[in-house]
Amino acid sequence: MIGIEHYVVVSSILFVLGVQGIFLNRKNVIVILMAIELILLAVNINLVAFSAFLGDLTGQIFAMFVLTVAAGEAAIGLAILVIYFRGRGSIAVDDVNRMRG
Amino acid sequence: MIHVIAFYLFAFVTIASAVFVIMVRNPVHSVLWLILAFFNAAGLMVLVGAEFIAMLLVIVYVGAVAVLFLFVVMMLDIDFAELRAGFIRNFPLGILIAVILAIELFVGVVANNGGKAALGTPDGSGAAPAGASNIEAIGALLYGKYLFLFETAGIILLVAMVGAIVLTHRARKDTRPQDVSRQVRRRPDEATVNVKPEVGKGVQL
Repeated sequence: MIGIEHYVVVSSILFVLGVQGIFLNRKNVIVILMAIELILLAVNINLVAFSAFLGDLTGQIFAMFVLTVAAGEAAIGLAILVIYFRGRGSIAVDDVNRMRG
Repeated sequence: MIHVIAFYLFAFVTIASAVFVIMVRNPVHSVLWLILAFFNAAGLMVLVGAEFIAMLLVIVYVGAVAVLFLFVVMMLDIDFAELRAGFIRNFPLGILIAVILAIELFVGVVANNGGKAALGTPDGSGAAPAGASNIEAIGALLYGKYLFLFETAGIILLVAMVGAIVLTHRARKDTRPQDVSRQVRRRPDEATVNVKPEVGKGVQL
């Protein structure tokens, strides 16, 4: 039978893969944003699984708010990316410290 | 039995596509693998009876966020080979940190099997009403107990939308928009001039 541990293991593997993605693609902001989405997905799986196994819907409500914040974060992040690319012609994050405030 | 098979299928495909998201060369393929990962995560959520969140995940992520990513990846003309330069160099450190993190997380799961920590039990305020479907129960909770949080989430989305528009909007110099207030403010004496030219002379404009 599938228990809560199975879901926790899947979501922790997903979380680790998201962190790994940030380390591997340190220059490519788009993939970093996607890795952050993976991390938030792992959090959501955890919330929904615990909510279902405890019989308490609060976790699912909270997962909805995480979804809201993730959508807003993706929109703002990509908007910043677009104006950064417009100004510099590149999205390599190694150069971000050239903005100097 | 079918439940177990479905769980392992969804879990395996989710994790495999997450690996591809961070490994593949082309970010467009990355986005497509991300879509597959979200679909299968939605399947995992359906398995525990959270249909509403699962469908929301498909609609919001596949319908909106992934398309947004695709647009941005295709709109920007980026040399992706150059961005991948540090991939091999970062690989050992990334693997090391990932392994440490994974071990820590699994220690937590194993410790939980050894003896459960006292987390308390739900007080029943979030329990689904008897006989209600998942979406009915969520609706009752969301528009009742969590109404203000729900409205706050709406405001967050509004602020994100306004922020994204303000950030990417640029005033173009070569367009000539209509300025209604300037048109209305214009008076005849500043727009026209009355001249009386001598015969044979032109008019200085």
